[in-house]
Amino acid sequence: MAQHTPLYATHVAAGARMVDFAGWDMPVNYGSQIEEHHAVRRDAGMFDVSHMLALDLAGADAKAFLRGLIANDVAKLVEPGKALYSCMLNPDGGVIDDLIVYFLSDTSYRIVVNAGTADKDVAWIQQRLASTGTQATLTVRRDLAMIAVQGPNARTKTWAAIPGSEAASNTLKPFQAAAFGDFFIARTGYTGEDGFELTLPSEQAAATWNALAAAGVAPCGLGARDTLRLEAGMALYGNDMDESVSPLDAGLAWTVDLKDPNRDFVGKAALVANGARRQVLGLVLEDKGVLRSHQKVFTAQGEGETTSGTFSPTLEKSIAMARLPLGVAPGDSVEVDIRGKRLKARVVKASFVRNGKGLI
Amino acid sequence: MTTPTDLRYTASHEWVRTESDGSLTVGVTDHAQEALGDVVFLELPEAGRVVAAGEAIAVIESVKAASDIYAPVAGEIIASNEAAVDAPESVNADAYAAWLFKIKPADGADTGALLDAAGYEAAIG
Repeated sequence: MAQHTPLYATHVAAGARMVDFAGWDMPVNYGSQIEEHHAVRRDAGMFDVSHMLALDLAGADAKAFLRGLIANDVAKLVEPGKALYSCMLNPDGGVIDDLIVYFLSDTSYRIVVNAGTADKDVAWIQQRLASTGTQATLTVRRDLAMIAVQGPNARTKTWAAIPGSEAASNTLKPFQAAAFGDFFIARTGYTGEDGFELTLPSEQAAATWNALAAAGVAPCGLGARDTLRLEAGMALYGNDMDESVSPLDAGLAWTVDLKDPNRDFVGKAALVANGARRQVLGLVLEDKGVLRSHQKVFTAQGEGETTSGTFSPTLEKSIAMARLPLGVAPGDSVEVDIRGKRLKARVVKASFVRNGKGLI
Repeated sequence: MTTPTDLRYTASHEWVRTESDGSLTVGVTDHAQEALGDVVFLELPEAGRVVAAGEAIAVIESVKAASDIYAPVAGEIIASNEAAVDAPESVNADAYAAWLFKIKPADGADTGALLDAAGYEAAIG
């Protein structure tokens, strides 16, 4: 039995095409996925991301616990509301999940994890809390809904839709959040555009969604969310990394903080011992076709694999993220096996579009 | 979703129109284009290719996924729609106008297994 977010009835009433995503019945598109994609790049669109899970961690040892739990270092968070993207690793250095941690105080943090991994994440964190004797409590916040409002006009349209929200959020820097009544407003996202991720009580989700729609924010499904994040070069858990892949091999070395020699975290020893064995780069298909995940890539340095691929509505070309041998560099020419045919692709940095503009 | 009653259908979501010369014009159904979403790429068989019934002979790719298109009967490909290749979104605009290929059925090719509109609608529930 698929789970439903607080906005399920709203999506169905709007005629959304619903699909199973990680056990949740979610909108994949309302009409044209490409139109939804363009709405976010050119104006403002919104996504129901209530299937993701917020976890509140509070207690005297919260900071020390998180410094040992995840590969990025929460000690660098000093401004209230500041967010940090990180992987949570297993002892072998594989990625259990990628997540965002919001710093509320040294004794209070909010963590947002993926839907498909939420149960295993909670079990792992609870087990770590118990085995380390940590003085902190984890609260699962399934009572909250989340709406991502993204695009160049996302912030102004959010302010128009939610009275009082402007004063609470107009000084937020990127990757920073603030409380606003029962709402938590974060200037974060998964599209490569400016905007907010709103966390709010479930019972206010439908009214807020409708107010945003009335302010001209286009409802967008998970289909557009995937093409947007891929154009932005952002990793998707389960596609671009999983428990068998180290963040150093998944293009996420920038999220692994090894600066403090006295900080140990789960998976650190394995990362240090193994180092980077692969790298993530972008591909742009030069022949006709569409790149998809898990296609074989042939390079002068050996074989690699696409981890995510799609048709880019912004660039009107097919693009992919690929895990490739070390030594392959942007500008190289490679071949990709697409249904038995070897098609030509060009290697680029794995970031294709930012703030509405093509980078390749 | 529309299912014209003057066409016949396969369970794999192709529509088939019998022309006056006995050739068959083939496309994908409105139900299929709706499920696929925005179509961005078509790979169609070349004229002259001899195909078996049920053989995967074309590919339709939407933003979301790639799907095979199957020959509804055995025969020879006599044309493919280059205009649709150049404008894949025409499949979304009108799936019954955007034909994909024409096939000349082999002698004795069996078209009896094709569904009528009611049969297809029943098949897709």
